[in-house]
Amino acid sequence: MSTLTRAEDFPLHRRDVAKRIAAVGGDDLLMVTGLGSTNWDFTAAGDRDLIFPLWGAMGGAVPLALGLALAQPERRVLVATGDAEMLMGLGSLATVGIQAPANLGIAVFDNERYGETGMQTTATAHKADIASIASGCGIAVTGTVRTEDELEAAIPRLLEQPGPAVFVIKVRAESLPFVLPAKDGAHLKDRFRLALLGNTSII
Amino acid sequence: MDWWKDIYAAIKEAGVKQVVYVPDAGHAALIDACITDNDITAVPLTTEEEGVAMLAGAWLGGQRGVLLMQSSGVGNCINMIGLMRTCRFPLAAFVTMRGQWHEFNPWQMPMGQGTEPALKAMDVLVESVEDPEDVANQSAAILHRAFVGQQSTALLLHQRLMPVKTFGK
Repeated sequence: MSTLTRAEDFPLHRRDVAKRIAAVGGDDLLMVTGLGSTNWDFTAAGDRDLIFPLWGAMGGAVPLALGLALAQPERRVLVATGDAEMLMGLGSLATVGIQAPANLGIAVFDNERYGETGMQTTATAHKADIASIASGCGIAVTGTVRTEDELEAAIPRLLEQPGPAVFVIKVRAESLPFVLPAKDGAHLKDRFRLALLGNTSII
Repeated sequence: MDWWKDIYAAIKEAGVKQVVYVPDAGHAALIDACITDNDITAVPLTTEEEGVAMLAGAWLGGQRGVLLMQSSGVGNCINMIGLMRTCRFPLAAFVTMRGQWHEFNPWQMPMGQGTEPALKAMDVLVESVEDPEDVANQSAAILHRAFVGQQSTALLLHQRLMPVKTFGK
């Protein structure tokens, strides 16, 4: 069943990918990270007030980022989420396709696994191709990244060039130490709004 | 059948910029008004829970939004409402009811009857309106409760406000 074990051999490591994206994105990038491993990846890369990590709301990362991108058209917004979280909200790619916000990037860290629950395979380990689904939703900039060179080519398209852009980044299926952000949702919301909108935003 | 204009006036008065929806016949005129309003981004959803998450993102970005849906859509939102409650995001939902009053389609009955208890199970503050004369006040009240009171709230628009759907029978 080589199909189901290939992800253990993928060359890209998710923590390295997150660190590289965070370095290019800088301190002004507005980020939403999806339930599970992408939260830990971007906390390890450097927690910031302008990262909103989801500890639940599976399937909600992309629509949440869409609402943010529409509200802040002058700012770049990046979602980083996993394949399982994305699969639960696939319809939101159709919604993004309609709104087509130029300031939205979507990076799907695809280890073909439910990483938090015992590394069970997801649909992407079998047949599903999220980049094709995004393309089929009318999102013009899409691709699948498997190597360092492909990652370097994708990053400016996720972070700088007109979007919306969806890149599936195939990352090794590996269990890594937890690096946890704060978990209180009201705190996470308020720190983000204070950093983005200022003191009056919490009155 | 002009009560929808009172909802539109209330969301304009509240400064709502994003109106996210899964269409319902009862919301059709309001949706059309929002689509043609240059100060509102009207977003058709594939499922109602997307709209809940979108409103959280809108609030993070400093904008107010509302969710329009029919009662069957409430069932699709339940887990995502946990996001609003945990983070204390405002949620303002306008729900056109099915399964209440001269309902032709038995498939609408279970979720129609389950709408209010399901919302209350998630600690959403629920108001209902049956008299078109009350729509303006109730709409303004739930918008204030959401955006000023920072609560999750829904206004259930009783099926007696809606055109009776008979599927040609």
